[in-house]
Amino acid sequence: MKKMNRVASAVMAVAMAFSLAGCSGGAMSEVSGSSASAETESKTSESGSEQASTPESSGDTIKVGILHSLSGTMAISETSVKDAELLAIKEINEAGGVLGKQLEPVVEDGASDNATFKEKAEKLLLNDKVATVFGCWTSASRKAVLPTFESNNGLLWYPVQYEGMESSPNIFYVGAAPNQQIVPAIEYMSENYGKKVFLLGSDYVFPRTANEIVKKQAEALGMEVVGEEYTPMGHTDYTTIISKIQQAQPDFIFNTLNGDSNVAFFKQYKDAGLTPDQIQTLSVSIAEEEVAGIGASYLEGHLTAWNYYETTDTPENEKFVEAYKAEYGEDRVTDDPIEAGYDAVYLWAKAVEKAGSIDVDKVKEAAGGIEFSAPEGTITIDGDNQHMYKPVRIGKINADGLIDEVWSTDEAVKPDPYLSTYEWASGLSTQ
Amino acid sequence: MKPRPAMKIKGTTILVLLIFLFLGTLPFYMPMFRVSLFGKYMCFAIVALGLDMIWGYTGILSLGHGVYFGLGAYCMAMYLKLEASGGALPDFMQWTGMSALPTFWKPFVNPVFAIAMAILVPMALAILIGYLTFLNKIRGVYFSILSQAMAMIMSTLLIGSQAYTGGSNGLTDFKTIFGKSINSPITKIQMFYATLIALVLIYGVCRFLTGRRVGRVLIAIRDGENRAGFAGYNTASYKVFVYALSAVIAGIAGALYVGQVGIISPNEVGITPSVEMIIWVAIGGKGTLAGPILGALAVNGFKTIASENFPELWSYFIGVLFVVVILWLPGGFVSLKEVPGRIRHVIEVRKNEKPRETENFVSEEKQSRAH
Repeated sequence: MKKMNRVASAVMAVAMAFSLAGCSGGAMSEVSGSSASAETESKTSESGSEQASTPESSGDTIKVGILHSLSGTMAISETSVKDAELLAIKEINEAGGVLGKQLEPVVEDGASDNATFKEKAEKLLLNDKVATVFGCWTSASRKAVLPTFESNNGLLWYPVQYEGMESSPNIFYVGAAPNQQIVPAIEYMSENYGKKVFLLGSDYVFPRTANEIVKKQAEALGMEVVGEEYTPMGHTDYTTIISKIQQAQPDFIFNTLNGDSNVAFFKQYKDAGLTPDQIQTLSVSIAEEEVAGIGASYLEGHLTAWNYYETTDTPENEKFVEAYKAEYGEDRVTDDPIEAGYDAVYLWAKAVEKAGSIDVDKVKEAAGGIEFSAPEGTITIDGDNQHMYKPVRIGKINADGLIDEVWSTDEAVKPDPYLSTYEWASGLSTQ
Repeated sequence: MKPRPAMKIKGTTILVLLIFLFLGTLPFYMPMFRVSLFGKYMCFAIVALGLDMIWGYTGILSLGHGVYFGLGAYCMAMYLKLEASGGALPDFMQWTGMSALPTFWKPFVNPVFAIAMAILVPMALAILIGYLTFLNKIRGVYFSILSQAMAMIMSTLLIGSQAYTGGSNGLTDFKTIFGKSINSPITKIQMFYATLIALVLIYGVCRFLTGRRVGRVLIAIRDGENRAGFAGYNTASYKVFVYALSAVIAGIAGALYVGQVGIISPNEVGITPSVEMIIWVAIGGKGTLAGPILGALAVNGFKTIASENFPELWSYFIGVLFVVVILWLPGGFVSLKEVPGRIRHVIEVRKNEKPRETENFVSEEKQSRAH
């Protein structure tokens, strides 16, 4: 029975803790302060803002958050985006800052883990009270932090192309929507290479959702999907899939493999005697940085679809590439998400200058229509869905590991995250 | 009449009481964001308690408890997701081409059903796995490998069936729980205390069990399963029982986790988190009930502090912590109190052995010169 007594005493201790209710300070004080607005908080994101996260601009600095994976599997890609964002912050600070104040970056590590991303997003918004956050890469990490940004009325600038079907009032999407990458790429391929497509991707949300879009589009274009294969992240044996490809004889492969898998796939593709002249591939997750990791010799002649390449011929890009290499080393390359991360900081700074405040609602209101002469060309914020007008480019990987543009749109394409202007996409979303 | 045992309360009990007191008063002086973090750590502490029952007490090393944690979490998350969508088709199903809610999702509209499932599903799976393995005398490292394979199967299944599970994104973006806003401070505090109560109750249950004959049989199985069997105990059924118990505990922790953290994805149920769970128990001190609670809170707290202050270097600090504890503190944090005694012991041994050691060294040196 003694042991029971001890259990009882443990429970007693907690009960004592409860009885302390009434003390002030800490989380408990927030309960009494905001219980009235608690009910409405879930419906309108604005109401939570007054007490939860009012950005601090006291003093001479404005805190901005940077939230990327600096450890884990995604670190290799996201660290460079973080570097580009820090470069933009440095340039803005050297030019006098924003609203006359210097920007102070607060860097957090999302550790390639969804729950950690969410924890760090809360920390940046509630603890550091940052004016805005630049961050995330994977859709999973963005989906994980989205409720945090909405319920605390924070601001997130997301730098990576993605599968669409989303438009949060608290996120600005600086990467491509599907109609600015996937859809034009498939159109280009069906016109130039043929109607038979093989879908190959890593097993996660982006490839699966992207392929749902491609399948609908293929139907509308009278194309034939001759194969659809997914492999787990980090998968390295592609011999079976390559023989399936050889049997199916597609006109091109739409590749959404990610990370290490690309190294294995393209190496084994070449070993099997396949060349881009026989069966062309089009990748949407391989940019200059990934080319360096995979090895240009395996990728030479293969195609990619992005909005920006290091070789993009604009005066702004020349300046950007030079500044990036001067800051981080001659051996570093720039690519689409890196450039988008850089743009995001400038776009936010422009919106703040226009709003005359770092208040999230005012910044959002001011953001619509803001133009920035980015390295990829002029990009404009679409006020309706907080995506960007962006040019689309198809490129061919060369022997030096850079990507040469082979086709591009004449002007920036209006973002359409829900593909609502395409008849064939009607079944994909409710909006 | 037996002599009365001394009325001495063990140090670990005092430690646990102090931890509970600390957690119970936390919301009075810490900001909400930190309180929610501790809510999350408490869920981990609950899992660690369950794991310690099978590993520390019974000697079964399960490297796949993320499976049971995940099952509990997903059951609860299905309810939260349906409440967020108002019983309609959740957003991720729309863009994966589903047109109607799958049948097995439908009953999860009911929170009572969801909570019951968060307990029953892990239990059922654990009993099934337990019977198949323990009755067939699969033990030791073979069981560990099998359990790890389960964690891998689970996360691959979850990612692969995106239309039903949300794929690698998992289930997130919940709005309300039992009709109350999930982000309001009141709900958060309530969930924090619900988790604390669950932790205290589960600690109580584990304490009750380990103090009874069941607990002694479990330890007997750990220390010599054949002998326990020859003594007349059906060791397999004891193992199935304790395995199912720890699965249920993990399921409860998962259900509490989802409400507070607001996301569950295959990231949290695969091999890495399953191994991390083992680390909490090992770092805290296995075979005690204070150890896993302390370990889960301390390791995760340290992880948060280190990663906030050194976002690019923190993983090295965590690594160093693990190495230090395993090398110099094999009994985990709870064995810290023995350290002064051990140091004294080492010094004494050194003192006595010193002359001989130098002798050896000299002779060795001579030998090497001779070569």
